[in-house]
Amino acid sequence: MTVDLVRVGRATLIKDLRLEWRSRDVINAMLFFALLVVVIFSFSFDPTAEESRHIAGGLIWVAFLFAAVVALNQTWARELRNDVLDAYRISPAPSNALFLAKAIGNFLFVSILELLMTPLFVVFYNLRVLGSASSLALLAALGTWALVVNGTFFAAISLRTRSREIMLPLLLFPISIPAIIAMVNGTTAILTGEDSARFWLVLLGTYDVVFTTGSMLLFETVLHAE
Amino acid sequence: MNDSPKSAILLSGLSKQFGKFAALRGVTAEFAASKFYCILGDNGAGKTTLLRTLAGLSSPTRGTVSLLSQKDARAASPRIGYMAHPSLLYDELSGMENLLYFACLYGIEDEARCSDAILEVGLDPALPRPVGQYSQGMRQRLSLARALLNRPEMLLLDEPFSNVDLSAAQAMVRLLCDLRDAGKTVVVTTHQAALLDGAADEFVWMEGGAIVNRTIDWKSGSGSASELI
Repeated sequence: MTVDLVRVGRATLIKDLRLEWRSRDVINAMLFFALLVVVIFSFSFDPTAEESRHIAGGLIWVAFLFAAVVALNQTWARELRNDVLDAYRISPAPSNALFLAKAIGNFLFVSILELLMTPLFVVFYNLRVLGSASSLALLAALGTWALVVNGTFFAAISLRTRSREIMLPLLLFPISIPAIIAMVNGTTAILTGEDSARFWLVLLGTYDVVFTTGSMLLFETVLHAE
Repeated sequence: MNDSPKSAILLSGLSKQFGKFAALRGVTAEFAASKFYCILGDNGAGKTTLLRTLAGLSSPTRGTVSLLSQKDARAASPRIGYMAHPSLLYDELSGMENLLYFACLYGIEDEARCSDAILEVGLDPALPRPVGQYSQGMRQRLSLARALLNRPEMLLLDEPFSNVDLSAAQAMVRLLCDLRDAGKTVVVTTHQAALLDGAADEFVWMEGGAIVNRTIDWKSGSGSASELI
C-alpha cells in the first residue's frame, strides 16, 4: 500500500482548515491577543514617526510571536481530542505529511493575523516604510515560517507533557532567538531605510532551511514517542 | 468457519511497565488466524494495554510481539483495524468527512468504500450532522466503520459495545462474525461477554496483567471477571 506524502499532506491541511473554519478557535484567540498587545503598547508610549520606525520591528514581532504560540498550542490539541492522533499513528501515512500540513496551516493562520494586524500597526504607530516593501514581505514570510516550523515541532514534543502550554514557549523561545534577532533587525532596517536587510534575509533563509530539515528528520520519532 | 492453524498473534513474555505499575506481566500466548477472540477481565486487568501493544501504539517493556508474521507490531499496523475507547474521530466533521480523511491516510481513493463502511455499521453516509452531535452509540458504530475502512486482516476492538443499544450491538456482533468467516482475525475486549455467547471462538480471561484462563464458553470462566459480568 503506497501512500503519497503530497496527497496526505493536502488532505490534512484541508481538514485542518475546515476544522478551523467551523470552530474559529485559533484565529479568534490570536486576533484578540495581538490586538491587546498593539493597544497596550500604543497607550504605553507615544513615539514620533521616526522613533516608531526604530521600535516597531520589536513590537510587531513580539505581538506576532506571542499570538503564534496560541495557534501552535491549538494545532495539536485538536489531535488529542478523542485520541485522533492514534488513528494517524497506526496508518501507513508518512509522518512528514502531517508535520508539513500542520506547519503550512499554522503559516496560513499567522499570515492572516499579520495581514489583519499590519494596518493597525501602521495607524497606531504612524508607520511608513522607507525601505523596500517587497523585502519586508519576504522577511515577514521567512520570519513567519521560522516561527511556525519550530513551533509546530516543539508543540508536538510538548504534546504529552503535563503542562504543555507552558512547556511550548520554554522550548520555542530560546531556540528562536537567532530568528527573532534577524526578524527585528531586518524589519527595523527596512522600515528606517538606513541599512540593507540582505544579511538578515540570508540568515533567516538559512535558519529556515536548517530547522525545516531537522524537524522533518526527527518528526517521525516524536510522533511515535509514548 | 475457517479453521486455519496459522497464528495471527504470538506473544512471548510480554510485559509493559508504567513507572512502577506493571500493566502486563509476562504474557505468553498464541492466537490463531481467522478466529474470534473475546478478552475479558476487570478494569485494570491489562486488556486495553494489550490491545494498544498489538496495534503498535505502545511498545513492550520486555518480551516480543509477532503480528501477522511480522516481528514489529508497528510494521503490521496498516493491516490492522483498531477501535479504541475514545472514538478516534473529529467531532467537528461529519461521518463521511471523517472517513474520507482516514481513507486518504491509507491511500484509498474510492469514496464508495467510505459510504459502504458507514452503511455496513447501519449509519447513513449522507448524514450532514457533525460527529460531536452523534449519540455515543452512533459514535461507536462510526468508529467501527473507520476501523473497517482499510479492509484489515485483523480487528482489534476495545469495548466496541459500550453505550450501544442491544439491537445495534447484536448487529455489530453479526458483522464481526461475518468478518471472521471471511478470514479476518477478530479480537474484542468487553464487559458484555453475554453478547458474544455463541459468536466468539474463545474467551480469554485476564487478571492483574496476565492471561489466567482461556475457555470456549464464557460461563465456564473463573475469577472476579466472571463475577463482574
